[in-house]
Formats: sequence, C-alpha cells, structure tokens
Amino acid sequence: MEENTRLTLSEASMEDIKHLVSDRAIQGETVLLNMGPQHPSTHGVLRLLLELDGEEVVNCVPDVGFLHTGIEKNMEAKTYMKALTMTDRLDYLNNLGNNLTYSIAIEKLTGLDVPPRAQAIRVILAEFQRIASHLIFLATTGLDVNATSVWMYCFRERELILDIFEMCSGQRMMTSFIRPGGIWRDVPVEFEDAVRSFIKIFPSRIDEYEALLTNNPIFIDRTVDIGVLTPEDALNWGVTGPMLRASGVDYDLRKTNPYMGYEQYDFEVPTRSEGDTFARYIVRMDEMRQATRIIEQALDKLPYGPVRSNNRKYVPPPRSELGTSMEALIHHFKLWTEGFSPPKGSVYAATESPRGELGVYLESDGGPKPYRVHFRTPSFTNLQVLPLLSRGHLVADIVMLIGTVDIVLGDVDR
Amino acid sequence: MGIEQKVGDMGVVTTSLEHVVNWSRTRAMWPMLFGLACCAIEMMSAQAANYDMSRFGMELMRASPRQSDLMIVAGRVSKKMAPVLRRLYDQMPAPKWVISMGDCASCGGIFNNYAIVPGVDEVVPVDVYIAGCPPRPESLIHGVVTLYEKVYGEKITDWA
Amino acid sequence: MTDKIESIVGSIKAGFSAGEYKFRGEISLLVKPEQIVEVCQVLKDEHNFQQLTEQTAVDYWPEQKPRFHIVYKLRSLDDNLIIGLRVPLNGNAPTLPTIEGVFKNANWFERELWGMFGIHIEGHSDLRRIVTPYDWEGHPLRKDYPLGYEEVQYSFNFDEIDLRKPYAKE
Repeated sequence: MEENTRLTLSEASMEDIKHLVSDRAIQGETVLLNMGPQHPSTHGVLRLLLELDGEEVVNCVPDVGFLHTGIEKNMEAKTYMKALTMTDRLDYLNNLGNNLTYSIAIEKLTGLDVPPRAQAIRVILAEFQRIASHLIFLATTGLDVNATSVWMYCFRERELILDIFEMCSGQRMMTSFIRPGGIWRDVPVEFEDAVRSFIKIFPSRIDEYEALLTNNPIFIDRTVDIGVLTPEDALNWGVTGPMLRASGVDYDLRKTNPYMGYEQYDFEVPTRSEGDTFARYIVRMDEMRQATRIIEQALDKLPYGPVRSNNRKYVPPPRSELGTSMEALIHHFKLWTEGFSPPKGSVYAATESPRGELGVYLESDGGPKPYRVHFRTPSFTNLQVLPLLSRGHLVADIVMLIGTVDIVLGDVDR
Repeated sequence: MGIEQKVGDMGVVTTSLEHVVNWSRTRAMWPMLFGLACCAIEMMSAQAANYDMSRFGMELMRASPRQSDLMIVAGRVSKKMAPVLRRLYDQMPAPKWVISMGDCASCGGIFNNYAIVPGVDEVVPVDVYIAGCPPRPESLIHGVVTLYEKVYGEKITDWA
Repeated sequence: MTDKIESIVGSIKAGFSAGEYKFRGEISLLVKPEQIVEVCQVLKDEHNFQQLTEQTAVDYWPEQKPRFHIVYKLRSLDDNLIIGLRVPLNGNAPTLPTIEGVFKNANWFERELWGMFGIHIEGHSDLRRIVTPYDWEGHPLRKDYPLGYEEVQYSFNFDEIDLRKPYAKE
C-alpha cells in the first residue's frame, strides 16, 4: 500500500485545474485553498477547492467521490430483497425513506397492493425519520455556529426516536423495516404509548430550540442574506426540497403526487420567499412541527388489518403459517432462495425525503436481480448549487452554506 | 496496584514509571475526527448526552491530527479515500492508536466490490476492531475500554 | 393518461418522429441522439418542463446496436407532469451532445455518464470523472466490468488468507 499511496493520491497539477479557476489565480493574485476531505465542518468527506481573494471567496469547486461505494453495481448482483439492505446505507440519515422509495418502485413495477395499516405505519415511520434528519441538521448547524447546547438537546430527542425504531425493528439505524408489499412485521403494543409520549413533549422542545437560535443576534448575523438562491436559479439547477421551498416555489411531492395515503392527512407545506440561510432554517423547523401533526393524525386513524400484502408470488408468508400450509412453505422457500421476478419494464418512483426529491429508476429484465437501479439522490443535485451560493461571501460563511444545503455524502457518492 | 493503595500521610505513592505513563495516557486520550459514513453518526451519538464519552477522557474531538492520539476510523473507506487516511495517520505523533469501528472498516462490511478497501488494516495498523453495522454507542465504549486495557499492558520501550 | 400529456406527446412525436413507450402509467419517448438538445429546448420553452429530474444510462451488453439507452426525466412543477426520454446509443465509442445549456444541473449527471459508462459528451464544459478517482481505468457500471470480489475469510481458511492479506506496516 505504501507505493500505491504515492501514486494514486489524486493530486491535480496546475494544468489539470486551469479551466476551473479564474485567471487571477494563475497570476498569483488569489490563493487556492484546499478544504480537505477531513474537516470538522464538512459533514463528511467533502473536498472543496476554494479560490480566495483575501478572505472573500471568488469560486469554490466541490470534489466528491471520497465515499463512493459502488452500491448501484453491487445491487445488480443481488436479488431484490437482499438489495434492500443496501439501500439503508445510501443516505444514512434517512434509512426508512430509502427503503420506502425502493419498495414503492418495486410495488409500482409489479403492481403489488399495500394494505392500509401498513401504509399508515409507513407514514408514521417516514415522518419520524424526517424529524430525526432535521434534528441532525439543527445539531450540526448549531455546532458550526458554536451553539453547543443545541447539539446536545437535539441528540437527546433523537435518542427517543431511535428507541422507537429499535422497538419496532431491533436496530437503531439500518432497520430495513419497510419491504415491498408492506412492512416486516407488526408494531408491538408499546409502540402507541411511546409515540404518544413523544408527540406530547416534542412541540415544546422545538420551542426551546427556537428560543435559543431564532432571535439570537449572532445567529441572525450569520444566516440572514447569506447564500441567497433565486427561484429561477433553483428551478434551472434542479434543486428540490426545503431549499426550493425557502426560495418561494411551493412544491412538495407529498401534496402534488401523494403516495401511501398522504392525501388523507391535513398538513401545511411551509414556504418562505427570501431564499437565504435563515429562511431554510425556518422552513426545516416548521417541517418538524408539521411532521408531528401528521404522526398524530396517522396514529389516531391507524386501522386494523394485515401488515403485508397477500400476493404470495412476491411477499413471503408470515412464519406462523409455515407449520400448517404446504403452499406457504413452498412460497417461503422460493422467495428466500431464488427471489421474485417482476415483469420486464422500467419505472421511476419518487418520494419526498428530508433533503429533497429522492427517486429510484428501476429497470427489470424479468429476472430475479435488478437489471439497473439508479438513485436520483437530492444531495447530488443540490450540491451543484454551492459554487453559485458562495460567490462573494467569506470563508466562515462557507461553513454555514454547507450546513444549509444539508448534504449527506452517502447520498452524493452512492 | 500501587497508586490506589499506597497513599501515605505525606502524599507519597510508589509505583512503577510504566504504570504511571500508561495510566496517564488512557485518562485523556483525544480522538481525531475521522467520521466517514453511518458509523460517524453513532460516534456522534456516543459523544452526546445519553452515552457520554467525555467521562472516558475523550472530552473533545480534535480536528487536527497533530493534536490527537487516537484515530477512530468510523465508516467505509473507499479507494479514493485510502491515501488520505494513510497520510493523516502518518501525521499523527507517536504514541498513537487506531480503532476500526464498524463492519466496513474492519472487513469491508456488506460491500464486496471494486470501490471499497476491504478492511482498513490494509492501510493502517489497527489495535481494536469493533463489530456492528453500525455498532451501538455502548459497543463503541466497550471498544474504547478494551483499548485502555491494551494500553495498560504496554511497555515503555514500545513507543520510546 | 391525461389530455395535457397526450397532446404534448403527440406534438413531439409529430415534430421529431419519435417513438413511444408506455408502462405502468409512465410515458417515454424514443428520440435520436442528434435531436435531444432540440427536444429538451422545446419541452422547456413551449411546454413548461422546468426541471431535469434524472439523467442516467442503462447498459444492454452484449447487444451492441444499441448498447446504451440514456434515460432522461423532465418534470413540470406547475402542471405536475413528468415525461421521460430515451436515447439509444451504439456501443462503439458512444457520444452524446450535452444539454447543459438547457438545464444547468446536467453538468454533474453527464460527468457521471462519462466516468461510469464511458459515454463521451460533446460540448461539455468540464468532462472529468466524478465519483471514482481521477486516474481510474475502466468504466465501472458497464456490464462487462467485473464487480470485484474478495474471498471471504471463514474459520476453515483463516490462516491461508491471513498469510496473503496485505496488512499495513507501521
């Protein structure tokens, strides 16, 4: 490995990057600074090449790929059910959302039905995942502005949510709980009490965070008018999610293309018009409140019934049937060894993840393994806007901008 | 051994130099921030209020390798990241230890393909491996305490 | 299929003699590589498709003609429509004109096509690899590129793998 480190270290010479930096850098007027893959504020392994004129940023070039895992190619070698466990690890702050989008794509491809109880539980868990992801956004934003108590408080709430996930599925983060046809198994009896106690205390906790940050003059100085994104730029660069809604475009996939029964729940989509960092922060805080509303409504309306589809060609039977029914045993065997084979064709299914539009393009050739699966991840598209946002700002603002775009490097590099 | 029992009236303790050196190294070991992927989130959870790691001496995570003793490699190491990892390890001053946290850092995890280095021990020498995907914060704390037991058994000439 | 998308599809088919492909409520148009920039411009200006949602490729090796199908998905936010475009490409030195002038976020999508599939994009401002290291050889997402496999170390073959695994030295 010793020789390899010297040879493969991707050091670019001036010739390679001449077309990326302005002429002033080549003359020596501006400084090229590397904000390397290991940095406390880059939220993962992101490398930025900054071109600085004193303290002001002239250009910033992101260099991604330090977490490339080859998930898409690896999924082509596994059956559909085994590939589901790999989707957890893509956007590792939105595990259940990734499972959900992949399951919706398979259900669209095969024409599977999902029973109403499973739909309601999927909605509850997806909204919990949204709250957990926004809590990490708040924690890291607070940490970058040096408001460390916000970080501690957010992780305290996140532990409550992770306890709920562990109660359902046994795992705190990589649950693989949402599967094609429904969910893995029914939620235990303690679920309802735990969720209700969380909903009772959470709105007051959001008020606590707002009391610490929203009217704080230091926070306002660091976020208002930083990184303004106009709506035309946002649409042209393909930005989705809270970044788009903070710039004034009211578009949320849960309202326009409802999936999993979102049309029955009454919630608002927060929008602001300024398009700066402060607006994005307010949009995400309001989304946490709306998510609590959705969870409460879904829990009140939770119907009784099965949690998995009855279509035994695609969904394995519950284990209790295996002792009595021969067909159940044969289906179980075939599904867990060979896997199911959807019809030939291609679909695109999209859901609203906490970062934006998460889409799965799934193409099948009639075999048990996915022929081509591509994840249209929101962070990959949203990160392209960073050079545009950072022109003219100071180096300290770059830290806030990376936090406000809310990228997860597992999403960008896949 | 010596330190807890032999506190005399004059406040004099007698023990071996090796013991004191190892004891002081474990009581304030500062980790370097090297969170790569999902395991980094569990490392952050372990640092936060519920599973507090600062009671084990790891009060803060230093970003600079020159000021840290311990590197917790948390997450999957891709082939593009491996030279960066080695360079950072070389920049850490001795004595230094490495904990490989999670399945992907220990053995490649569930990924067996062209893009991931199968086990970070091909890049840096590892002292403690922690299993799990991702390991619970309690597993991380258990791994840290195992490292402390390993440090107690070291000799002065190891790092001299 | 609603009337609006039927009329849009009809006008594109008539204007560019494109093929049509329908599956599970989604509609895709088969377009030739030379026409793709014009089709995207028409869809953006006249029919108000504001965002490029997805641009990826599928490899049909060992078929060589066509070997790749490039898939585009365009979304209209105001009318709430999504339309797909498929461009077939041959396997021998595939090239594709860039739509970066129409939709700016095609920049990174096309860099990924170049790095992962080897499809050269004409007119791109900055064609380098994006997620693999810059000096990587080969194009990983092609079907004839191997997945890369390392033998799993169980207890029965622990020692023999232990001997040949390249452990790092100090």
